[in-house]
Amino acid sequence: MADISFILNGKNVTIDADATKRLLDVLREDMGFTGPKEGCGEGECGACSVLMDHELVSSCLVPVGNAAGHEIITIEGFSEEKRYEKLANAFAEAGAVQCGFCTPGMILAAEALLNKIPHPTEMQIRQAISGNLCRCTGYNMIIEAIQMAADTGDGLW
Amino acid sequence: MVKSFMPKTLAEALKICDEHDVCPIAGGTDLMVRNHQSAGILPTFTKDMLFIKNIDELTVLEKKDMHLIIGANITLNRLLNWENTPQILHLALQEMAAPAIRNMGTIAGNICNASPAGDTLPPLYALDAIVCLKSIAGERELPIREFILGPGKTALKENELLTAIKIPIGDNNINFYKKAAMRKAAAISKVSIAMTAKKEKDKIVNIAIAIGAVGPTVVRLAEAEDMFIKNNENTGKVLPDIYDVYDRQIKPIDDIRSTAKYRKQVAMNLLHYVYEKCIK
Repeated sequence: MADISFILNGKNVTIDADATKRLLDVLREDMGFTGPKEGCGEGECGACSVLMDHELVSSCLVPVGNAAGHEIITIEGFSEEKRYEKLANAFAEAGAVQCGFCTPGMILAAEALLNKIPHPTEMQIRQAISGNLCRCTGYNMIIEAIQMAADTGDGLW
Repeated sequence: MVKSFMPKTLAEALKICDEHDVCPIAGGTDLMVRNHQSAGILPTFTKDMLFIKNIDELTVLEKKDMHLIIGANITLNRLLNWENTPQILHLALQEMAAPAIRNMGTIAGNICNASPAGDTLPPLYALDAIVCLKSIAGERELPIREFILGPGKTALKENELLTAIKIPIGDNNINFYKKAAMRKAAAISKVSIAMTAKKEKDKIVNIAIAIGAVGPTVVRLAEAEDMFIKNNENTGKVLPDIYDVYDRQIKPIDDIRSTAKYRKQVAMNLLHYVYEKCIK
């Protein structure tokens, strides 16, 4: 066990944890942030996605020791942003949220993309969410939602 | 419960390697999957873990003395976005895993994992990559083909760390990469092929073909490559002999992802495709 410090949703936190503990378990069980979901537990589904230093990562594959000194943002932290509002509304309008299990990961994958490419092509959107599985929508609504957020989100990204 | 070491400097890390039996962990994208348990339960590591991600000395990324130097902490995505990454490696990185994994996984980890299906391995074999190994006693370099000994087995000594990968800078102008897998993203290869070559006045003067997931280590056959170059005036004539060399030496196995028969057939089909589309 060791003291591990990082920034979580804008706040400095220090936890006493085994460095090999999955960031996903720390977030859900120790910190109470249940936005990141456990789907496959093997990095294939993207439901546990969070942002580390503004880049998308699968929190089920991050030993919390690797988060030390870095900034983690979960969907809860991102929901305070205007960019979240834009994406959430676009997802709602396009019908991109059905069961909702993939949605936190999808929204954060979209945020990571738009941060780098504010006006992505359809192919760039597909690549950006290629590690996030959705078993309800067939993806078209999600792609449409991200496109919609990009088209109407001038100045946000 | 295993112990975790979190050194800040390479010197500290090498000292830990010397004094303890540790398993280095960088991005964790292979090790965390391989040792994965149910939700809420710690991964089942059997050795003490050495976290190297926060060692700045391992984040080197530069051109030096006609080589590209890629530190052990350089992530796959960093390499994908580096302007100096050789095209053949770039092509493989584009199709490898998914963005969230590429943001954590490292090329050094892909090498040390030594999976026959490791996606960066065929390009690295084709590029004659060299691994740099350090211990408190000193340092040594090995060609990647001497470093990887078999599935999960490498020449890394217990007191050593793989600190960087060196790739000779070349001027090959034809590159081809293809992997056969179940889905476009986040899939492990059934078969993959990386070809890099140089054509001058319609003649092949340099060629490297590396095939992944068809044997315990990546297959690269100097005998066949030499035949391409020696017969570059009339490759068509020796082509059956070249295919025959591959046919004799590609010996895949059945496993969870595919069958030996499928792998062999697809590997041979890809060799034919590479010749027709890129070399001819």
